[in-house]
Amino acid sequence: MRPFAYAAPASVPEALDALVAAGPDARFLAGGTTLYDLMKLGVEAPPAVVDVHRLPELAVVDTAGPDELVFGAGARMADVAEDPVLLRDYPMLAESLAKAASQQLRTMATVGGNLLQRTRCSYFRGGAPFACNKREPGSGCSALEGIDRAHAVLGTSDSCIATYAGDWAVALIALDAVVDVLGPDGARTVALADLHHEPGSHPERETTLAAGELILRIRVPTTRTARGSTYHKIRDRESYAFALASAATAVALDADGVVTDARIALGGVATRPWRAAAAERTLVGAPLTVDTARRAGEAALAGARPGRHNGFKIELAVRTVTDALRIAGERAVQ
Amino acid sequence: MATPVRTDETARTTAPSPPFSTTVHVGFRVNDEDVELDLDPRESLLDVLRERLELTGTKKGCDHGHCGACTVHVDGRRVVSCLTPAVQAQGTAVTTIEGVAGPGGELHPVQQAFVDHDALQCGYCTPGQVMSGIACIDEGHAGDDAQAREYLSGNLCRCGAYPGIVAAVRAVADRSEG
Repeated sequence: MRPFAYAAPASVPEALDALVAAGPDARFLAGGTTLYDLMKLGVEAPPAVVDVHRLPELAVVDTAGPDELVFGAGARMADVAEDPVLLRDYPMLAESLAKAASQQLRTMATVGGNLLQRTRCSYFRGGAPFACNKREPGSGCSALEGIDRAHAVLGTSDSCIATYAGDWAVALIALDAVVDVLGPDGARTVALADLHHEPGSHPERETTLAAGELILRIRVPTTRTARGSTYHKIRDRESYAFALASAATAVALDADGVVTDARIALGGVATRPWRAAAAERTLVGAPLTVDTARRAGEAALAGARPGRHNGFKIELAVRTVTDALRIAGERAVQ
Repeated sequence: MATPVRTDETARTTAPSPPFSTTVHVGFRVNDEDVELDLDPRESLLDVLRERLELTGTKKGCDHGHCGACTVHVDGRRVVSCLTPAVQAQGTAVTTIEGVAGPGGELHPVQQAFVDHDALQCGYCTPGQVMSGIACIDEGHAGDDAQAREYLSGNLCRCGAYPGIVAAVRAVADRSEG
């Protein structure tokens, strides 16, 4: 690991000042489960790190309010996963956290840091001799000619096909979440839908955050639709693995079982958290059946582009959406 | 405002400006004893435990958070010590496998259950399994076999002693409930 300078300021303003002072390549450190890991591999090599993992201002969680759920960026995934309001009224959020990583990693990792885990593949992590436009812009992409079974089929480019591996952001994007950020130019609010880039020709740019901006909190507008929801995650092994395909789904039904509101987002198959708005529209006004659910799944994958070994993900994701809608429908309040 | 920390190689070898430092004085408790150390911020808690404090019960498996062999408790909660920068232990209480036995040296109930249920073969993953199992029970995540398996999935066992591990953790969980 490359040497780095370390600071653990006592407040958010001091942390922001420290990061600016340390220059554009400095990084915030929270749970460390991505950044410190990639630093061990030499893939990340910040000259300075500002530790924010125990700032009290970032730890506040409030799920009792009438208008929105508030998650301080520094809250731990394991704690938020067991929030009683989430378990009862937002199962898709609780499940997306509980099905991520292992309990050890969930105890360490923060809900803000989790949004910013690198979009990555084994060629990115592997370093030399593999080419990676994300790790070294302009160097090429070993995955395009290599083993791409785990890679994305939606939102890919000729530069990068790495999958966004997170679960929590997939559930959040389906519920119109926003993040409050603070940086050298002040405070602003970013819709989660606008937080991540598709790779395009610049896969090294993963988020729309400016240098020195820190996520303070995540806010989710309250909705009864989320009572009928799930985060359905299909993996090579039953637990502690990345999604091959996942679907965050929520539905509200009227007394006749007709869908009045639908939310669908995909994980494991796209280069960023992927909201499937067109798929949602196919459901609203229709009864929720296996056929209408399947049609929504097909709409969600309509633009998918298979690679060499990941073509199976398209049908898998269609079925994952179909199944997830069935589970959400069974939980929905009529 | 502090002077910028430069990104070139000189900056990496010269002393950075406050609040940054490349040697960090850290104090924390390990198995009920106070520890004070000057740390390079690169050092993992795992390496500090094994190489500086000579607590070699905690094992290094993958060193990337995949296998769970290095599981310890920080303030009573399980973490993988390989992905915990040791500087983040500042002010915490760390418990390792060396710290779980009773005052007279008697095995922790989870350790005894591992013996009773034949929950190991080579033993390399066992300290991590035991630390994870203790926390799993404390968290209330060992209520049935399926839940125990799910919440122990961060600990791999190459010998495949999983049935014994689940049986051991479940046996202690059932006793603590009763």
